[in-house]
Amino acid sequence: MGKVLFKGAEAIAEAAIRSGCKFFFGYPITPQTEVAEYMAKRLPQVGGVYLQAESEVSAINMVFGAAATGARVMTSSSSPGVSLKQEGISYIAGAELPCVVVNIMRGGPGLGCIQAAQSDYFQAVKGGGHGDYKNIVLAPSTVQEAVDLVSLAFDLADKYRNPVMILGDAVLAQIMEPIELPEEKKELPEKPWAITGCSNREQNIITSSYPVPEDLEAVNERLNAKYKQIIKEEQRWEEDGVDDAELVFVAYGTSARIAKDAVETLRNKGKKVGLIRPITLWPFPKKAFKNRMAGKKILVVEMSKGQMVEDVEIAVKGQGEIYFYGRTGGIVPYVEEVLEVAEAILNNENVKKWGEDDEN
Amino acid sequence: MKTKEYIRPKSLKPTQTHYCPGCTHGIIHRILAEVLDEMNLREKAVAVIGVGCSCFAERYFNFDCIDVAHGRAPAVATGVKRANPNLVTITYQGDGDMTAIGSAEALHAAIRGEKITSIMINNAIYGMTGGQMSPTTLIGQKTSTSPYGKKAEEAGYPVRFVETLALQEGVAYAARTAVNNIGNILKTKAAIKKALQAQIDGKGYSIVEILSTCPTNWGVSPKEALKWIEEKMIPVFPLGEFKEI
Ligand SMILES: Cc1ncc(C[n+]2csc(CCOP(=O)(O)OP(=O)(O)O)c2C)c(N)n1
Ligand code: SF4
Repeated sequence: MGKVLFKGAEAIAEAAIRSGCKFFFGYPITPQTEVAEYMAKRLPQVGGVYLQAESEVSAINMVFGAAATGARVMTSSSSPGVSLKQEGISYIAGAELPCVVVNIMRGGPGLGCIQAAQSDYFQAVKGGGHGDYKNIVLAPSTVQEAVDLVSLAFDLADKYRNPVMILGDAVLAQIMEPIELPEEKKELPEKPWAITGCSNREQNIITSSYPVPEDLEAVNERLNAKYKQIIKEEQRWEEDGVDDAELVFVAYGTSARIAKDAVETLRNKGKKVGLIRPITLWPFPKKAFKNRMAGKKILVVEMSKGQMVEDVEIAVKGQGEIYFYGRTGGIVPYVEEVLEVAEAILNNENVKKWGEDDEN
Repeated sequence: MKTKEYIRPKSLKPTQTHYCPGCTHGIIHRILAEVLDEMNLREKAVAVIGVGCSCFAERYFNFDCIDVAHGRAPAVATGVKRANPNLVTITYQGDGDMTAIGSAEALHAAIRGEKITSIMINNAIYGMTGGQMSPTTLIGQKTSTSPYGKKAEEAGYPVRFVETLALQEGVAYAARTAVNNIGNILKTKAAIKKALQAQIDGKGYSIVEILSTCPTNWGVSPKEALKWIEEKMIPVFPLGEFKEI
């Protein structure tokens, strides 16, 4: 199949359908509404169900119900809506059900603005809801990658019985790019734990309720072992020219597109620069940094006041100097802004390191 | 005299419940289990269990169960039913679960005519958390969060939820029953049967609100609690079928 021109949000929806997702529960919120609109049009054509819930709270609980029956199911929202979904996401993680949640981030806090931002990183990767749980978080930076990661998201969700979040922003959802769509997935995994009616078997129970502390601790131990396995096996990132770089950019999603442009411009000027682009935000690709950052300068670029940079700090383990550049409020930084900071760092000008004046 | 053998319904597990003495949650479990057996639905049934005193019901029911967040059962049941229309989907919720935190989920499941059945246990109080005021708490009723008696000016009136739902076009069957005497227990059983039949026939949403005791938090004996239902609750929450299509 050749390439077709697709808007990010619609490409995500089409990729989900081709990955076997037959159920979508949503609630409109800019800038992701096109995911829902596309699903509303397409799902009835493939024998699926699109349902517009009365709120995000309901939508994620409908996802819970459909996932409990063993179906592939997705919901999509944007920052304020995802905040409302956190209760349900915690329950889904606790009940170990697979589902895909798309968060097309916009500016916050509060109602904020509808333009692109990356200020929900903490919420996405550190839990968001209550309890010791983790979502797998995938961060595409192009429409093609979004399509590929949606397919991966459904597979990972089923494999680990865990929610998987696709974390994008308004740029990803609204941009149009030529893409290659995946083939339709026909064979889906068996789910003997699902709620299907108890004929010829014992009762199945889906629950996150463990009133006896020792029982719950055992569940948390088991979940933690699963999370450890995910950390070991699922770290994904893209890198370029890291080993001999003097300055390494670290950025994901839309910021990474800007960082890539900056890398290219600087290389044309003969500078030694590289890039690490995390694709999984949880598990954070610590392997990309392990024992390779000594003596390097690291510039983290985000559309936030600095969130992923904290994970970079943990991964770098004091080997290199960390710098940060971020814009917020829905402003996408220009390549020139980033270049200016990078050049100042390369020229040993007095650029503040990340967290340098925090202790004062 | 004719004797009848006590047979445990297959839809109920041979185990003890945790309910307080005199609590009628257990009677309602038994009624639901009998109905599922009699209608031959056990192997197709799924109970979506809310949060409240009944939140361990999956340990007593012997069919597929899902424990969900406080108030969200109708939304979860919607997801279940849309993804697998063959399942006979039942939400089991308290009055706080359904008429307070989960009022939007319940109302909208009814508005959509979702083909699910809700069983709402109305004991006019939040039982599990120790007897706080509910939207169904009666005027003048003392609870731990209405220590001077519930006042309409402050807290509003007892909600007649099932009547509200009955107004919605998507509702196929709506009834309120009680379990304070044999006659009402039998009527409750009949109502649950009709509600499930409405679901099976694909007619729409069905609900049975059941007036139930909470002797512990009402501060009365189990015997007085049955009288309390009759004398205090039924005048405010009239029994009957409000809709049947
Ligand atoms: C989000 C959330 N808020 C509050 C609670 C605490 N809580 C547990 S049960 C309950 C009240 C249940 O009352 P009701 O639904 O009337 O059932 P009953 O216990 O009386 O059978 C509350 C408030 C909770 N579990 N989750
Ligand atoms: S607290 Fe009330 S509703 Fe709960 S089990 Fe005891 S009597 Fe029943």
